[in-house]
Amino acid sequence: MKHKQLNIAISGLNNVDSPGPGIPVIRGIRESGNFTSRIIGLAYENLEPGAYMHEFVDKTYKVPYPSEGVDSLMQRIQYIHEREKIDVLIPNFDSEIFVFIKLADKLKQMGIHTFLPTLEQFEERHKSNLNTFGKTHGIKVPENISVTSLEEIEQLRQKDKIEFPVVVKGKFYDAYVAKNPEQAAMYFAKISAQWGLPVVIQEFIRGTEVNIVALGDGEGRTIGAVSMRKQYITDKGKAWGGITLDDPSMLEYARKLIHSTRWRGGMELELIRTADHALYLIEINPRLPAWVYLAVAAGQNLPAAMVQLAIGEKIEPFEFYEVGKMFIRYSFDMICDLSEFQNLSTLGEL
Amino acid sequence: MKIKKNLAISDTGFVFDPSTGDSYTLNPIGLEIIQLLKNNLSLEEITEHMTREYDVDSNTFERYFYDFTGMLKQMQLVIPDEA
Repeated sequence: MKHKQLNIAISGLNNVDSPGPGIPVIRGIRESGNFTSRIIGLAYENLEPGAYMHEFVDKTYKVPYPSEGVDSLMQRIQYIHEREKIDVLIPNFDSEIFVFIKLADKLKQMGIHTFLPTLEQFEERHKSNLNTFGKTHGIKVPENISVTSLEEIEQLRQKDKIEFPVVVKGKFYDAYVAKNPEQAAMYFAKISAQWGLPVVIQEFIRGTEVNIVALGDGEGRTIGAVSMRKQYITDKGKAWGGITLDDPSMLEYARKLIHSTRWRGGMELELIRTADHALYLIEINPRLPAWVYLAVAAGQNLPAAMVQLAIGEKIEPFEFYEVGKMFIRYSFDMICDLSEFQNLSTLGEL
Repeated sequence: MKIKKNLAISDTGFVFDPSTGDSYTLNPIGLEIIQLLKNNLSLEEITEHMTREYDVDSNTFERYFYDFTGMLKQMQLVIPDEA
């Protein structure tokens, strides 16, 4: 039987030391047994490695940052669509997902499918809304307080509303453990300069960080979920090695959460397992994470399943994955011709 | 004391706890003891086996045994209710 071919546009090609999920998502899609794919890379920068990885990305287009305006991004997508006839678009950056949720209806009218959380789901799980999220869905979360100035941190400390150490977090990325007010001030400045305000001050929960990648069908059903523990963490807090776990309570946790939120799309749950075995949710990332290929290798091709859901196919949930499967990242110097860099930087296409 | 059921123990002494992702390496004696524990042998039975097989008296062995099993408890490699 001849498989259908899908043209799939994917961002997050920054396969660097703090990698975006683009290339791992593509690896999963390429391995699908249900469809073949032409991958159209969407790059924000000229040196995103994925643009030059032609075994994974068939054609790359530069796109403007969403912060430059939704209209210019949409115009660019229209231009690409005219040439490539995009079937499915998968945004992979936290910072662009909001924009693509907003554009989802327009994209659908053009024939471009997405499989993203609703705006309500996206907003509800924000770091700054985590306390309410925990109460609504009956899960343990650390205390989270959004602040917009250094004075607010000092006021919280004086009123005994925070106790050091605390975790200082950016609204999209970055998290640092601050052991005292001086460190909190330093991290506040660093994070607010890079990611803007508010900055979130989160209660520090002592324990082991564990993670879950999951895919919800938008109707309360979990299509797949794989739990993982980071074995090696970089100075940026990113996993450089990890291993799949056999922890039924974590998978049940994911299923309950997806059922309760009716989550649509990929998600990464960042959890802390305390010494008394309680699970605290510290963050929900509204997309598949950069380590998603571990799930694929362990038996759950969540990226390919997400594509099938996006085009409206009904799929059965995964029920199994291999425990003790590991990933180890490595860096690799790719050799490229100047002409390729030149094309991407001047013509915006490669 | 019961060893966690899902603990994977290889013949080379590599131990993998799939619920936490932690792994450990055991020397041959540690491996032998953990396998005896996994086969539900009592302290008396294990002591009898070890003193028969090796040049060690029961008091010395028991001291080492409690030291070893204390470490297993600390690493949460035993079933919590019976730890």
